[in-house]
Order: sequence, then structure tokens, then C-alpha cells
Amino acid sequence: MTLLLIVLIPLLGALLVPVAAARGRMGAALMAGALTAAALGLLLTLAPQVFAGETLVSSWAWMADIGLYFSFRLDGLGLLFALLILGIGLLVIIYATYYLSPKDSMPKFFTYMMLFMGAMLGVVLSENLILLLIFWELTSLTSFLLVSFWRHRADARQGARMALALTGGGGLCLLAGILLLGEIVGSYELSVVLASAELIQNHDLYTPALILILLGAFTKSAQFPFHFWLPHAMAAPTPVSAYLHSATMVKAGVFLLARMHPALSGSDLWFYLVTSAGLITLVFAAYVALFRHDLKGLLAYSTISHLGLITLLFGFGTPLAAVAGVFHIINHAIFKASLFMAAGIIDHEAGTRDMRILSGLFKYMPYTAVLAMVAAAAMAGVPLLNGFLSKEMFFVETLALQRFGDWAWLIPALATLAGVFAVAYSLRFIHDVFFNGEPKNLPKVPHEPSRWMKIPVEVLVTLCLLVGIFPAFTVGPLLATAAEGVLQAQIPEYSLAIWHGFNTAIVMSIVALVGGSLFYLLRHRLFALHDRLLPSEFGAKQIFDKIIQSLINTSRWITHLLENGSLQRYMALLVGAAITVGLYAAMQHGAINLTTSGAVIPVNGIAIAILIGLMLSGLGTVILHRRRLPALVMLGVVGLCVSLLFVYFSAPDLALTQLSVEVVTIILLLLALHFMPQEVAADSSYSRRWRDAALAGGAGVGVASLTWAILTSPFETLSDFYLEQSVPGGGGTNVVNVILVDFRGFDTFGEITVLAIAAIGIHALLQNLMIKPNAPGRYGWATAKPPLLLEVVSRPLLPLALMVAIYLMLRGHNQPGGGFIAGLVVGIALVMQYLASGVVWTQARLRIDYFKVIAIGLILSLLTGVASWLLGYPFMTTTFTYLHWPVVGKFEVASATVFDLGVFLTVVGITMVILAELGKLSGPMAPGQVLDDKENR
Amino acid sequence: MEILISTAIGFLVACGIYLMLRARTMDVVIGLTMLSYAVNLFLFASGRLVSNAAALISPDAAAYADPLPQALVLTAIVIGFGMTAFLVVLAIRAFGDLGNDHVDGETGKK
Repeated sequence: MTLLLIVLIPLLGALLVPVAAARGRMGAALMAGALTAAALGLLLTLAPQVFAGETLVSSWAWMADIGLYFSFRLDGLGLLFALLILGIGLLVIIYATYYLSPKDSMPKFFTYMMLFMGAMLGVVLSENLILLLIFWELTSLTSFLLVSFWRHRADARQGARMALALTGGGGLCLLAGILLLGEIVGSYELSVVLASAELIQNHDLYTPALILILLGAFTKSAQFPFHFWLPHAMAAPTPVSAYLHSATMVKAGVFLLARMHPALSGSDLWFYLVTSAGLITLVFAAYVALFRHDLKGLLAYSTISHLGLITLLFGFGTPLAAVAGVFHIINHAIFKASLFMAAGIIDHEAGTRDMRILSGLFKYMPYTAVLAMVAAAAMAGVPLLNGFLSKEMFFVETLALQRFGDWAWLIPALATLAGVFAVAYSLRFIHDVFFNGEPKNLPKVPHEPSRWMKIPVEVLVTLCLLVGIFPAFTVGPLLATAAEGVLQAQIPEYSLAIWHGFNTAIVMSIVALVGGSLFYLLRHRLFALHDRLLPSEFGAKQIFDKIIQSLINTSRWITHLLENGSLQRYMALLVGAAITVGLYAAMQHGAINLTTSGAVIPVNGIAIAILIGLMLSGLGTVILHRRRLPALVMLGVVGLCVSLLFVYFSAPDLALTQLSVEVVTIILLLLALHFMPQEVAADSSYSRRWRDAALAGGAGVGVASLTWAILTSPFETLSDFYLEQSVPGGGGTNVVNVILVDFRGFDTFGEITVLAIAAIGIHALLQNLMIKPNAPGRYGWATAKPPLLLEVVSRPLLPLALMVAIYLMLRGHNQPGGGFIAGLVVGIALVMQYLASGVVWTQARLRIDYFKVIAIGLILSLLTGVASWLLGYPFMTTTFTYLHWPVVGKFEVASATVFDLGVFLTVVGITMVILAELGKLSGPMAPGQVLDDKENR
Repeated sequence: MEILISTAIGFLVACGIYLMLRARTMDVVIGLTMLSYAVNLFLFASGRLVSNAAALISPDAAAYADPLPQALVLTAIVIGFGMTAFLVVLAIRAFGDLGNDHVDGETGKK
């Protein structure tokens, strides 16, 4: 539980920082500091157990089915990293409080910091690999926010984007790698994975899994050729660089190498991949660092180089090399964080970080200069400082490597060369900035920073000295525990002494120190040579930009190919795709039965006549489609033929519904015609029309074959259940209606809800519609009085129609009818009044808010469902009983009838909303046309 | 008979799709209405077609028409009406706002 809290305190604390910010900028800083200190305190309470050799694991199931557990683990390695994250985090928070200018939002900065801290703690404390990956991606995202903190600066935005693209992309590789690993092992828990080295390394998937995981680690830790994001991320505020780019985030990659060391290392593949990446990065980045003129640029490349060194050590795969790697992780975090902070102080007080402008600052800030010198000396590997110790261990390990036979000298030589560069750039950092003559043309007059900005640097530099002079007393136990965590086994014997006698390693150190100094003395000639040979950047950024640009272009091209803004074209593509997929499926199976062998429907003259009528009227609609009114008449015929077909094939309910919907639809379309162009010229080319005809024909043939195949193949249906249960279970003999209101009542409820939504959508679409009256090519609204006969006949028709509707609804359970049909009949009867007597007359007499009708209908249907709930039955259970009334006799009462009443009301309301809204738009009720009632009639 | 039924349904689909591929909103609405007729018939046919079968439960019925596709189609008809209505109003709104009735929102070829 404590373990979980350590991760959650910063993550949830991120919410508290803005709250605390209500008490001013210091409030945010104090809250961030207090939370970090609390988490650190909790961690320290657990530390003794870890030092005693325990591995603490606490686990909660999250999505156990896919192997995802909310499980955390604290062993030596996790403890070391968590200490670095929280310890250096605390120092960075102190530093940042005084670094940020009043223009920068402190609450925002510390919120991001807390989120990052929590994510990073999650990475190092996860027991479950998927959980680790989630936190891993969180660090990428939060670092994006931190790097782009100065969002007004283009370089900050670009740097953040590049970092996100690379580390995020690496994260995806890592995800794939972890999934493969989980597939091999059968578990994502580290305890299992780390103990399955033999299984993993003998598996066929080992190679791809390893490569993918390494891609994740290398992108995160800025290993060649993915190193270039780190220098560009230097656009971040310096506290961010000190925290993310020296001590924590970039260390996540090497952390992963260390974490997976027991499971993945030891193979040839591991050795060659990891050592080559590490070695190239080590030497190359150290060389480039020398030529950076920006202080932070120098430190960034130096960081890349040191990460290369650590990677190289883990690549060796030997226990002692792993110890050296862990040791260097500690040392590098300490001296590099302090150097970044020093660079920030210089930038802050002198106004620039360019070493070509800076010089002679020693006079103005001697105290900071001394601190920076000690830290830089540690980076260079000067004896009595922590950097020296781990570098010596590194040299010893390169010498111990026996893998290359006659070429065994190569790696030590290259390591020494990198050492030479490191000494040279460390010297440059010190000499160019603090000495090298008087400062000139500085943007500001430099002076010592505020007390609190120096304290974090002092703490770290003191640590450099303590570790460098008394390694065994200070860092010894932590190193031993952490190394044990890496190896998951007993650590080998090693000595942490400062002096091991005069050996080859010490010679290498001396060569590096002397060579580096010489190199620095000759720097002017070197710079000239470098500028002549390699005039600008190495081009990694340019290549990256080109790749990104070509990706954008490609996706733009593909998008434009399919999505050019023409809906007409999408429709054609859609139909074409459907035909293609259907054709492919048909060819795959190849067994669509297109014979008449299974034909059972007897040939009948009436049916033939209806079907031919259907086709002819369909064809007529197409032929006449540019003349809208005749086309609509034809469409009406199609609908009628469809309802006749329903009648013929024993579906009376469908026929009734189809007939009433047909009437409403045609009235609706006729109303719409009033607003739309009535006749249009042909505006498709011949080729377009032929193409469309071909597409339509293809689809038609497809559907026809499918129908044929269905009709002639053997038949099995679920319907027997409904047929059997209709009377005993639903209390109705009209099975279709019983299915609608009882068996599948919930579906029906959903459908009427959809209808209500459509009505509301229509209402919204017609709000504030500006449509010009009498635009050319449209039907004028009839100004003539409606025919008297129609008017007279329609009046008594309304009560009659209402009676029919009620009859249809009530008998719906047992005879053809029901809520849908009854609702449509009432709708038609009401529309009839509008048609016969005009909108104004009807509106004045039918003061009904149809939205209320819809709402009542929906609520009624819902309540029927809920009522059964309240009575202890599942939602929408229905019941029925028979009543005996005098005169009326025995009749049935079913709760489903109430439900059907809801359906009825909803359908009435919707029909009226749709038609009346549209009708009101035009004619006398239209906006701006206030006409007298009588005058209109 | 099966051949004629399937041909009629396929033909209706073809008519509907041809109209849906036209450039004017009203044609698309008519096409969609026709396509939904065809789809309803298709769904209906998937329960097999029998004439003179009983639609209601009664002791002396020899065979029943399959009620399940009928129930599906019944709601589909009503929903289809809702969809047509929405589309028509959308077309009117587009015409009012854009000043033309082309599905792409502008007349004239590019």
C-alpha cells in the first residue's frame, strides 16, 4: 500500500498544486515540495527492508484477463531510481522556484512536474510490464508538456514535438516488444519474466522482442541514431533539463536495460546490438559535445555520451559491468544535474549561454564558479570525485572484455578517446565561461544568484565529493543493493577504493586527462578544421524533418485521393467498395446456389403483376427523377406495390404500416418540394451516368443474387419460440405485435427514442431557417382557398379516424394493428385537417405541443418498463390478465398495452412535429407573414 | 417465382442507388427512400415468403408466416420514415443556407 502511495502522491498531488496556487506562487512551490518530501519520506520507511534484501511487491487486479495488474515492486534498482527521482526532484523544485520568472506560470510548471514525477516513479516501481509501459508513455507525454513549457517559442514547440515523436514512437515499439515477451513467458509480471531467461532466449520470438524493446530503450535514452531529439529538447526551461535530461527521463532507457538485464542479456544479439549502440554514441556524442557553443548543447551531447557509456556497460552483459553501469547512473545523475543547474544560473545571471560570448565570469560569481568547476571535474573523471570512480570501473571492464581476440584493444582505445573528448569539453565548459579574459558584450551585468538557487547545486556538489572520497561509506550499500536488484542475484566481489595501484586503467585515465588538455589547447585549430570539414549540423534533424514532411505529404495525398470533399464521390466509393467486398466474399465461398432447385413459392398471376408494377414504377421514378412531382407520384406507386406485396405474403401488420407511412412520406416530400428546385437540368455527364448505372446495376445484381440464394436455401428460424410463447407468455395472438411490445420491448423503446431524437433534430434544423420565398423553379404555395368539399369532408373525418386509431391500437395485441400503425393513422388524420383547412385555422384549434406528446409517450413506455422493475421483475417484463365486465364481457388487459400507448403517442407526436414544422415554414404561418385568420380562409 | 422476386428487389436496389448517386439532394432523398423499401423487402424475404399463411395464432392454422422478420421490418419502416424526414429537412436547410441543392454544397464542376 505504501508503495502505491509513493506513486499516487505526485500523480494526485498534481491536482493539489493549482489549488495551493490560490495562495500565490509560493503556495504552488511549497505544495510541490511538500508532496515530494512526503513521497520521499514514505520511500525511506521502506528502504531498510530493501537493504535487507527483500523485494516488496503489492498487486491489485486491473484487467486480469489480458494480464494487466496494478502491481508495484520495490527492489534495489527501483529504490535507487526512486531516490534519484524524488531526491533530485526536491532539489529541482527548490531551484525552479527561484529560476522561473514572474511571467512564467508557476502552478502550471509544478503541476507538470508532479505529473512527470509520478509517471517516472511508476516506470521504476512497476511490477507489471504493461503498467510499466503505461507510465513510460506518460513520461513521454508529460515531458512534452514540460519541454514546450515556453510555448510561445517556436524552438520549444519543435523540440517538444520531436522528442514526443521519437520517444512516443519508441514507446510503441516497446509495447510490441513487451507483448511478444508476455506471449513467450505467459505473464507480464517482472518476477516471472526475470526468472525465465532460458525460456525467453531460446524462443523464436526472442530476436524481434529484443529488437523492439531495445528500440524503446534507445529512443528514450537518446542512443545513436535516435540521439538528436535530446539537444533540441534543450529549449526546455533549465530546471526541466536538469531533471528530465540528466537524472530521470533519459535514464528510463538505461533503467529498462538494467531492469531486463537478467531476462534478456547474455546472448550474442544483445551484446552486439547494445554495445555497438553504446560505443558509437559514447564516442560520437563526446566528439560533438566539444563543438557545441551553447552551454546546454554541450551538456546535452555530454549526457548522450554518458548514456552511451552506461548502455555499453550493460551491453557487456557481465555482472561487474552491470555494477559499473549502476554506479555511473548514480554519479552521472549527481554531477550532470548540478552542471545543468549551474548552466541555468549562468544563463539567468549573464543573459546568455553562448560560450563564444561568455568569458571571465569567475570575477563576478566566484562561488558558483567553484561549484561548477567541481562538478565539471567530476564529469571529466578527475580523481577524488565520483565521476572518476565509475569511469575507472568502466575502463577496467573494457579491458576485461575478451570477446574480440586480436581486436581486444579496440574498445579500450575508443573508450580512452571518448575520455579525451570528455576532458576537453569539461575544460571548455570551465575555461570559456569563467576565465578566458574579461567578459564583453554580455546582455546583463552578471552577479551571484540568490541563495536558494545555489543550495541545490551545493548539495549535489557535496555529494560528488563525498562519493568521490569515501565511496565505500557513502554510496557503497546503495550501490550493492541496486546492483543486486539489477542482477537479481548475488553480486560479485568488487572494491570501491580510490586507488587500485598502478594499472592499465589508471594509464587510460591519465591519457584522457593529458590528451584532453592538449586537445583543448589546440581547440582553435580544431574548430577551424571542424567547420571546414563538417560545416553545419550532422543533418539528423534535417533527415528527421524530411521524413516527417514526406509522411505528411503521403497521408495528405492518400486523404485527398479518397476524401476530396465531394459527397457524391464518397457515395460512389462506398457503393463500389461494398460491391467489391461482396464480390470477394462470393468468390471466396463460391457456392451461392443460383438454381431454381430450392424454389417453393408457387407462381401466381397476382404476385407477378405486383412485382412487375413494382419494377415499372421504380424505373419510372428513375426516368422522371428530374421532374420532381411526377417522380414523387411514381415513388408513391412503388410504396403501394410494396404494401401489396406484404399483403400477398401474409404480413398484414407490415402492409398497414407501409401504407400509412407511405402517405405520410409522400405528403412530407410534397411539402419539401415547395422549398426545393422543382425541375433541374441534367448536370451529370454521360460517362458519369454510365458509371453510376454500372455501380447501381452491380449492387442490384448482388442483392438479387443474395435474395435468390436465401430464398432457395433451407430454412431454420428462431421464430418457433415466439409462436409458441406468444399466447401463454405475451397474452396476444398477433405475434408481430407481441414481439414488438413484449419480447423485444426494449428494442422498440430504443427505436421510438431514436425517432424522438430525429424529431428534435428536425426542429433544430428548421430554427432560423432563411429560405427565400418564390425563388425561381419552385412551386408557389397555393394561395387559393382549399376546396370546400375537402374541408367539409375532413371535419367529421377526424373523430372517425381517431376512433379507428384507438380501435387499431387496442386490438393490436391480438389482431393486426398496434401503436405504430394507430399513431400513423392519427397523424394522417391531423395532417388532413391542415391540408383541408389551412395551417392557421388548424393551429388555432389544435393547440397541442407535440413535443409534450412525444415526451409523455416516451415516459409512459419507460414507466411500463420501470414498473416491472419496482415489482421485482426484470426490466420490461409484462403481465396480463382477463377481466369480466358486465355487458362488455371477458376482455384482456395487458401491461404491454400501456407500453403500446406510449409508442402510439410518440409516433403521433413525431409525425406531427415533422409535418407541422415544415408546413408552418411556408404559407401564412411563415415568419414575417402575419395574416388574419379569416382573410386566409 | 423466386427469380422474379429477387429480380424485383435487386432492380429496386439498383434504382435507389442510381438516384443516390445523383448530384441533387432531392434525388438522394428519393433514392434513399426507394433503397429502404428494397432493404425492407429483402429483410422480409429472409424469413421466406408464404402466401395465405396465418398471421395470428389460432388453433386451426396450418402454417405461420415468420413473425420475427416482420417485427424487424415494421420498426424499420417507421425508422426509415424518421430518417427520410430528417434527410429532407437537412436538404432544405442546406438549400436555404447554401443557396443551391447540390450534395457537395456547390454547383458547377471542378
